Amino acid sequence: MSLDYKFAFSPDHFDGFFRDETFRGDFTYRNTDPRRFPFPFDRDDYMYAVNIEPHVPGRKGTAFEHLLDVDEHYIAEMTDRAKVLAEDPLRCQSLPHMELAGWDVLELIMEAKARDYPQWFSLERDGNRWRWINRPLGIDESFTFLDASTLPYGPFEYIMRQTQGDWTLQDEREGTLWMDAGIATSQADWSLDFDIGMNFHEWHAPVPMAHEKGIFDRALKFLLKLQHGAPVRRFNWTMTVNPLLDTAPETYPKWGTMKTSVTPENIGRKQHLRVELQSLYRLPRSNAIAFDIRCYLASFDEIVTVPKWGRRLHRVVRDLPEELATYKGFIRNRPLMVEWLSQYDDGAPTSSGWFADD
Amino acid sequence: MTLTPVAPTIRSRPVYAPLAAVPGHLHLVIADGEGAEAVTDMLERAPDAAGFLALTHFLYCPGPTGTDLSDRLQALGAMQFFRAPTIPALLPRLQRVLTDAHMGSRFYLAGSEGLIGQAERDIMATGFPFAAIQKEHRGSTLRRVQCVHCKGITENVATDPFQCSHCGLNLFVRDHYSRRLAAFQGVNIDAEDPGEVPESVVRFT
Ligand code: HEM
Repeated sequence: MSLDYKFAFSPDHFDGFFRDETFRGDFTYRNTDPRRFPFPFDRDDYMYAVNIEPHVPGRKGTAFEHLLDVDEHYIAEMTDRAKVLAEDPLRCQSLPHMELAGWDVLELIMEAKARDYPQWFSLERDGNRWRWINRPLGIDESFTFLDASTLPYGPFEYIMRQTQGDWTLQDEREGTLWMDAGIATSQADWSLDFDIGMNFHEWHAPVPMAHEKGIFDRALKFLLKLQHGAPVRRFNWTMTVNPLLDTAPETYPKWGTMKTSVTPENIGRKQHLRVELQSLYRLPRSNAIAFDIRCYLASFDEIVTVPKWGRRLHRVVRDLPEELATYKGFIRNRPLMVEWLSQYDDGAPTSSGWFADD
Repeated sequence: MTLTPVAPTIRSRPVYAPLAAVPGHLHLVIADGEGAEAVTDMLERAPDAAGFLALTHFLYCPGPTGTDLSDRLQALGAMQFFRAPTIPALLPRLQRVLTDAHMGSRFYLAGSEGLIGQAERDIMATGFPFAAIQKEHRGSTLRRVQCVHCKGITENVATDPFQCSHCGLNLFVRDHYSRRLAAFQGVNIDAEDPGEVPESVVRFT
């Protein structure tokens, strides 16, 4: 498998569905249809909560339509991931006892994609002899399930190089979850290399306010009861200047100055709401829990094309407690954001729920 | 002198408690600097100090600020006593000793956080349960810090911010702690405004 997928992009490939775009350098990332964006606020204010719901397929034409959303950014995101891994292999790690969980998650992803997107992916199985076809990335692989020597990477890394979103695999021991494998190339400023091997309360240690509210105690209790076949999901969000997927602490000295580049003139284009649609799956063989952190980016310009979202984002950003704005890393630009967003808030009431037209 | 107080901060930050002699087949006592005093205090409280010492292997080195209580520990007459000049010189011996340890072994770590963290990391890597390990922090609060950027570890960090001894970036010291690395995390302080580095303050001694 090549590191840098060299598809000759042409408009007629896959009916021109996949965008040829970048998350670095000239930042050509855009959303063709902003209404597809999973806007995370179902009301006009925000505070941490145990916001967990069943991960069941949702409305057509949204990011919730399928178990795993494959969207127009797929190829560009996989290209960006390959570049990050070439620069820093520590972004994908798996402790030795996690190989079985890696196979579990490979199976989960291949089955879901072949079922929901048969035009792009297919999986043929004859006992443990599997053939996987990934047309957008030009992959046709025959391998033996549970035999790592038959794949070009370990099972976890192999499937992660073909899957949007950062993923971590949690082993369950001693009444808690241990982050013992993971990949992080589109993370909101946390280090996989530092956190790997930690338990649920340890890796959440830097989060303000939520420990005191008992949120992590309750969330963990809930997760320990997670059943195979009954995945759950939740939202998280932050802010990112430029559509930079890889906001890693490792490279912070390289991207930190972008935060100072926002002006009243360019904020609509540069400032992005970064949403993580997180889903959790109990895995059948290993009993581990897979955690998918799928990142979606939308510029403020794109958000305000939906009047309800523009009004609401203004109110959320304006009223967010200072600790959260600081932790999420946008305290320095908040005044500018609030000022700009206020043009799109006429004070009208907003309907509850996050969908654009509710 | 007693247990070094650790301000309760965040959940990944290690916590410590006074050592207590518990029944076991082998007592591995690993200490540096003032940690020797935690050991002698424990022995004073122990119901059968002589019986304990007969099953004890001491691994000791001077602390990061130079405190060397080797003589006091050696005079206790334990089954085995080993003095290393530094922590890196102590760890290979610990790894060898661990190959002979078994489920009835008990671990007592005392002294600086750097010593405790690295010994705990090596003990846990051999599969011993967390519960078999006791830790008492005494003496120096100097920190072992990993630079999240270049991954190099700087030992005995006293100031915040400090300069990474590997890549030279100015780092602030977080309380976020990795047991796998036995280190706190250091993050570039002037990433957003290059050159704007606040004056260093001595936070750890
Ligand atoms: C096993 C699955 C999970 C993993 C691997 C995970 C991982 C993480 C990580 C790495 C962070 C960043 C911490 C930092 O600042 O260094 C984080 C933040 C956070 N997590 Fe989790 N998490 C998981 C499940 C959950 C659940 C179920 C909840 C439900 C309440 C939750 C709530 C939060 C919150 C509120 C934050 C702060 C986010 C922000 O304000 O940006 N997490 N999580």
